[in-house]
Amino acid sequence: MLELRKDIFADERDDNLKEVGRPTQRQDMLGHVTGTSAYYDDHRFANLLHLKVLRSPHAHARIRSIDVEAAARAPGVKRIIRAADVPVNLNTLLSLIQFGKDDEPSLASDVVRYQGEPILAIVATSERAAREALALVRISYDPLPAVFDVEQALKPDAVSVNPAYPKNTFEYHGKYDHQKLRFGDVEAAFAQADMVLEDRYQMSPIEHAPTETNGSIAVPDTNGRFTVHTSTQALFFSLDTAAKINAMPSNQLHFIGGTVGGGFGGKVDTLTEPLAILAARLTGAPVRYRMSRHEEMQFGSPRGAERIYIKDGVMRDGRIIARKATAYFDSGAYTRLSSYAVVKCVAHIPGPYTIPNVHADVFCVFTNRTPATAMRGFGVTALDFALECQMDKDAVAIGMDPLEFRMLNAYRDGDMKAHRREAKNCALIECAQVAAEKANWPLREEFRRMSSRTARPGARAAPPQPVSPQSARAPQRISYERPAVSAPRPADTPAPPARTEPPAPPPGATHGARRFSSVFGTRRR
Amino acid sequence: MAKHRGRGVATINYPIGMNLGGDPSQALVHSNPTGKFTVSLSSIDLGQGMKSVTRQICAETLGVPVEDVYVDTADSDTGPHCMGSFASRGTHRVGNAVMVAAREARAVMMEAAAEELEVDPGDLETDGRGAIHVKGAPHRSISVRDVAIAAQFRQGKTISGRGIFLVPLSDVDPETGEMSPATCYAHACLIAEVEVDDETGDVTVLKMTSTYELGRAINPKLVEQQLVGGSWMGMSHALFETAEPYYPDTREGPRDFNEYLMPGPGDICPHDIVVLERPAPDGPFGAKGPGEMCANPVLPAIANAVFNAVGVRVNELPITPEKVLRALKARPASVGR
Amino acid sequence: MKAPIQFRLNGEETATFADAGANLLDVLREAVGDLSVKGGCWQGTCGTCTVLVDGAPRLSCITLAESCAGKSIETVAGLRRGADLHPLQTSFMEHFAAQCGYCTPGMLMAAKALLDRNLNPTRAEVVDAICGNICRCTGYEPIIAAILEAARLEASLGANQRRA
Repeated sequence: MLELRKDIFADERDDNLKEVGRPTQRQDMLGHVTGTSAYYDDHRFANLLHLKVLRSPHAHARIRSIDVEAAARAPGVKRIIRAADVPVNLNTLLSLIQFGKDDEPSLASDVVRYQGEPILAIVATSERAAREALALVRISYDPLPAVFDVEQALKPDAVSVNPAYPKNTFEYHGKYDHQKLRFGDVEAAFAQADMVLEDRYQMSPIEHAPTETNGSIAVPDTNGRFTVHTSTQALFFSLDTAAKINAMPSNQLHFIGGTVGGGFGGKVDTLTEPLAILAARLTGAPVRYRMSRHEEMQFGSPRGAERIYIKDGVMRDGRIIARKATAYFDSGAYTRLSSYAVVKCVAHIPGPYTIPNVHADVFCVFTNRTPATAMRGFGVTALDFALECQMDKDAVAIGMDPLEFRMLNAYRDGDMKAHRREAKNCALIECAQVAAEKANWPLREEFRRMSSRTARPGARAAPPQPVSPQSARAPQRISYERPAVSAPRPADTPAPPARTEPPAPPPGATHGARRFSSVFGTRRR
Repeated sequence: MAKHRGRGVATINYPIGMNLGGDPSQALVHSNPTGKFTVSLSSIDLGQGMKSVTRQICAETLGVPVEDVYVDTADSDTGPHCMGSFASRGTHRVGNAVMVAAREARAVMMEAAAEELEVDPGDLETDGRGAIHVKGAPHRSISVRDVAIAAQFRQGKTISGRGIFLVPLSDVDPETGEMSPATCYAHACLIAEVEVDDETGDVTVLKMTSTYELGRAINPKLVEQQLVGGSWMGMSHALFETAEPYYPDTREGPRDFNEYLMPGPGDICPHDIVVLERPAPDGPFGAKGPGEMCANPVLPAIANAVFNAVGVRVNELPITPEKVLRALKARPASVGR
Repeated sequence: MKAPIQFRLNGEETATFADAGANLLDVLREAVGDLSVKGGCWQGTCGTCTVLVDGAPRLSCITLAESCAGKSIETVAGLRRGADLHPLQTSFMEHFAAQCGYCTPGMLMAAKALLDRNLNPTRAEVVDAICGNICRCTGYEPIIAAILEAARLEASLGANQRRA
């Protein structure tokens, strides 16, 4: 199924490799097919206790009273953990890299800010006993008004969701409620453009839905340490977060993981480890905090919804001369990682295209819903959806083939990007050419001859404004020394090298590929 | 009352690693007494093949067969710090750290072999099959196994290495957004062909054709796993999935897989994939990383294909039959394809 | 209150104690210690926990353990043929039909149920056999290809080489 075109960019590669490039069997495949790959929950401990949390039924409410007396007496209950028991109850994930204010409690104490927010934990001899005890907790709330729409949340009279950020936006650089991108003059360019097209794009929150839910087992070990078997995607990130919340030295924790049943970004938030460890400390027993699928779906962090407005100024000859983007990341009630995604989104604007005037404002907005987190393509997926739908809209409006339109505007080596860095190592054009050929999507000759490696005539490489001072970049260790290219690059890029058609696969080939594929080791260079 | 076919395209790039850098990974490589190597990491394999990719990179760098390398991960007592598996950083960051560590181990191994063979280390090469010989004189050779035994028990050398790879953290200008987001980018073009039923609003994806540029395919089968699996997830994201069907109204969120829809094995379509390799100057053997980007182009390609098929744009995901039908009903009757 | 329960697990007589109302998944993992069976949803909607009970695929998370008393249960831990892999296992490996591997045990058992009664399935029959097993990683294509190939492998073996 997969074909490698080794001929393209061959002059930039040394393909004389022995192990790299081979379709070697996975180190873990035998374990997977025999059911012996060990996930976090494939470790058994005597006297294992089970932790379940009580979750807020309200999106926003003040907790008036909590009575755990009946729950504490329920069969199998060993300990009830409250907010006051958590040594460092307020945290933000990126405090580990000094980004953001501690805004999220492990257990809510006075106010709950999203439906599903944990308020207390019950540790019992079985999950069933823990759930039955949870049902005996008497808790009363005073519901508060809630806000769910990102643009509503930014209005001056909006309900305030997160006390660390009273205006419902993360604060950037100590002064702005959004991250800016400013390159050229979009308003002047819109005035000059032949057509101005704008649209609104809306993503939905979605689940990571790995087949293995989030969970961890914390085990009191010898010498006062705690071993934690975890499904995390980031071992030390979770260890350090758990150490901070538990006010423990990091070397008192021994985290074991590395084999995870799917993550997709949903196993970074360290949702279970801190409480599991605290429970193990308070009971002296191993404790498992495993999210049920219902919990994972309803209360586990989703991919946040983004709302993106794109406005393009386009010339009839196909050039995009201005792009303005305004985007709102729905972070839910707490920051988690959304503050970072906003900057990544800004970094990705305007897409892999050279556009001389670019303007963006991207916001991290708080609403009364489950805090969002990273998911495959964090900061980028939504923007690519918006940009590529917009590209299509632009192309149709000026009557140009959608793929040729993209290739015309595609960035090339040496172009200046909107965040004031030179484009390098580009290959958008070649991807378009090969995909078009494969899909029988006709391209005009001029487009079949384009190359990422040939600069266009004109001042594409010059930045429109003086470059602001930047910190000196430390020289990066180059890990792969390429051999010097002996043949000079031609000034005019010829058409992509003609492919000699390889011999047909032998009859009876079972993999169904219609062309030789080097994946199956049947093509020699 | 008809099914309409359409094609849509998307072209994207993808930044490799955490935005702005500042995300280090470390690796340790060492040989046991008989010349078998362990790579100690704290990196996580989510299924994307972290253990396998780093194993091949280590074997290549050491000059030994992949069977003689084992990747041990993840244990915070034995594996050095790794930022984690996300942001498509694994192959690039961890792979580079492994290369640095393996280079150091290899240098000691070659020194030890040179001492045994009484030549200069620079005169030696590995054959990739478990032996080290003098360049141009393959009969003057010693097995890696014997080198390891000699190093540890006679010469007092440790055939081991340490590596860290860090892209230094970049600033972000508050006024202009000037920044260094990433040191390299992967690329893709994806064409989706769909069929839209204008009576039910159902969108069926018939075929996908894509070309990805990934720097270097460390293992083409693992790349294929990502690109095929990712395109399924992209189709799922475009057409099926939502945790809040009435967003921003939080009602009716799914509670189980009966309510949270994803395409099943009967909903998949053929996907022709081509991979190009324009090596990243700072990638391990030029490698970038396909792990996240492989879902992204599918979303707009499908949306654009729906427009091509029936002339309506659905800008709110997922593109459900209801949304397609509402858009069709709202369209002026005279609009054709 | 725990009650004794006895069944054949991968060909071996197995006895344990289970709470009244316990599901088969929990009994297999917690009481018996067969960790090859995985739990994905505990709601009967993902297929991860699929085992064979008297040859039929069952969602062990919503199967009452006590209803399996005296029956024959098969899990992926028993799939090997001695030192050899089952053709399904070999074929999954060759087709790279697993990434995170978490759905793989359930997927293999669902596939085995198909091949145990039909050694010449069509693609549609394979799809039908696994349509109750969610995979979030592979996109299903390599799994379907692996099962079709395993069927061919199985069919070419003599009956006495296949486990009854």
